[in-house]
Amino acid sequence: MMEQIVIIFFSAILINNFVLIRFLGICPFLGISQKIETAVGMSLAVVFVMTVASLATWIAQTYLLLPYDLVYLRTIVFILVIAVLVQFVEMVMQKSSPTLYQALGVYLPLITTNCAVLGVTILNLNEGYGLVEALVHGFAAAVGFGLAIVIFAGMRERLELAEIPEALQGVPIALIIAGLLSISFFGFQGLL
Amino acid sequence: MDIKKLTVSSSPHFHSKNSVRRAMLWVLAALTPAALFAVYYYGAYVLVLLLAGIVTAVACEALILMLRKKPVSGALDGSAAVTGLLLALNVPAGAPWWLVVIGSFLAIGIGKQVFGGIGHNPFNPALAARAILVVSWPARMTDWVGPGLVSAATPLAQYRAGNVVPSYLDLFFGFRPGSLGEMSVFLLLVGGLTLIFLKIIDWKIPVSFVGTVALLTWVLPREGQTAFFAGDPLFHVLSGGLILGAFFMATDWTTSPITKRGRIVMGVGAGIITAIIRLYGGLPEGVTFAILIMNACTPLIDRFTLGKSFGSARGAS
Amino acid sequence: MNGSKVFWRGIFGENPIFRLLLGMCPALAVSIAANQGLGMGLAATAVLVASNILISLLRSVIPDKIRIPCFIVVIATFVTMVDLIMAAFVPALHEVLGIFIPLIVVNCIILQRAEAFASKNGVWRSTLDGLGMGAGFTLALVLVSSIREIFGSGTLFGLDIFWFWQSFEPMRIMVSPPGAFIVLGLLIGLINFLSVRKA
Repeated sequence: MMEQIVIIFFSAILINNFVLIRFLGICPFLGISQKIETAVGMSLAVVFVMTVASLATWIAQTYLLLPYDLVYLRTIVFILVIAVLVQFVEMVMQKSSPTLYQALGVYLPLITTNCAVLGVTILNLNEGYGLVEALVHGFAAAVGFGLAIVIFAGMRERLELAEIPEALQGVPIALIIAGLLSISFFGFQGLL
Repeated sequence: MDIKKLTVSSSPHFHSKNSVRRAMLWVLAALTPAALFAVYYYGAYVLVLLLAGIVTAVACEALILMLRKKPVSGALDGSAAVTGLLLALNVPAGAPWWLVVIGSFLAIGIGKQVFGGIGHNPFNPALAARAILVVSWPARMTDWVGPGLVSAATPLAQYRAGNVVPSYLDLFFGFRPGSLGEMSVFLLLVGGLTLIFLKIIDWKIPVSFVGTVALLTWVLPREGQTAFFAGDPLFHVLSGGLILGAFFMATDWTTSPITKRGRIVMGVGAGIITAIIRLYGGLPEGVTFAILIMNACTPLIDRFTLGKSFGSARGAS
Repeated sequence: MNGSKVFWRGIFGENPIFRLLLGMCPALAVSIAANQGLGMGLAATAVLVASNILISLLRSVIPDKIRIPCFIVVIATFVTMVDLIMAAFVPALHEVLGIFIPLIVVNCIILQRAEAFASKNGVWRSTLDGLGMGAGFTLALVLVSSIREIFGSGTLFGLDIFWFWQSFEPMRIMVSPPGAFIVLGLLIGLINFLSVRKA
């Protein structure tokens, strides 16, 4: 059990990194990575939401979808759970912790359509993870997302001054960096 | 009185117009003994690979500079030649010439010029290209051969398999299969120490890199074993591409941190990743990927090791 | 803007992947082989057209404040239908595309077209918009996946195309994750370059 959890944890961060290997969460990865600060903010919001979403969808799956044989409705149920959850988190945060809301608030609405969140919940279901495994997987996948986006933001900040050929500026060069970063993570293949 | 001699222009003050070129020529010179050793050990075919790497890199650089309407003379500043040579030094002797040509082209194209050329590439171009080659043609990039181009396994692969490995002395002087440039630790050290002495590279990265690998491979048990403090650090330091990587590739100016503490962080980080991949990973060698990951982290390392600027408010960054 | 313009701009001027830069996840993830790209493109097109039509029909009924959740429910319903239909009729393709079928729900293109077009336009124009954007998305996916398949596997739609060059050794990186990023990046750069030259 413990070993299984350690494997899930490191695998989701390094070997099957959500962004670099699984291609989940590409939109925020490309869109919110011009500055290290915003990348860190986005990562924290994603870690929070993905962990809680893993918990919420696990409950929905165990007590609603599986007993009533409704697994085919998973996409609708999960996206609704996530949308409601994000809205709820936003409201609670606004009331209870204005500073945290200031820091993360702007990212929260974007997270509903972050495919990494829906992706992790569907993967949890497909892999048949139990509660602890689902939570660890959600958390680790989000940490992997955060690691990739923060490293990526550092490189993009530095390239602001580079004389990149005009046609490649913006998204094209970002994709090429992401490709080279993805290949760097190949060293971890077969680690576990 | 000649007033010109007393007038100070505004900063930056370059000491020498050709500082890049001078440094690159020294790097080429420092790599030459190890490269010639590969020619001696494997045969004249190796010369074809080395020249293919250098010529392709310089030609691609010139071509792209021309297309970008930049001065083509930039291709002769030596940096493209160093990239091409390093790429060629990172393939096995059994590699076909086209592998080196494609690799060299990728190093200059994808690794360097798309980012705006010299000084802007976030990854070491030669290593980025090598990683692409390893993933693209894994069998070609592990086509290890011995003298006379007969098949052979590298010491790290032998070690993995639990077979007999070459003696420390053979490893030190380079009488063992491997990538072209990584074999003779002795000649690489001569070149690397020369560059340190000339202040072209900083000792901090190679020393912390090699030191960390030695420490971890000594302390940690390799896969399938449980005893701590029972490793073979000397073997790990002398085999694989560690010395070549630590002295000639991790120290690349553009892709390594500028702060003193940052350089130590880079060396230690690369050492940890290398040791983990070697001891537990799916690949026998991890130097390439370790350096690439630390290249990627370099902007962050610089950012968090840079001292506070003088006069800035306390608590403000 | 007339109807044909609404249709064609999705393919060229406002191609979702190459110009609007939306829907990158599937363009990267399921573009290993041309048939995958085609299948993914058609599946997304079906959802896009259906959701555009329904949202356009309901546009005066949906309250403005909760329009986004409403759009998502509509889209999720059609995605579920497409998911089940594909599982029944093309199980092999369904298996390969895997998690990226349910993830059509959060594909930015579909929500963006609902928000930016279907909720403000009539049914006919919304249908054309969905078809145009869907076709543009599909073409882009087929282009990316063909390049990756040709160089990475030496085939196109599963057919051996290097029969005249038996010693061709496929460049495996093209069919691995890093290759997806690099090919798409260079392709968008090339299209930028060509459109700048034309302008």
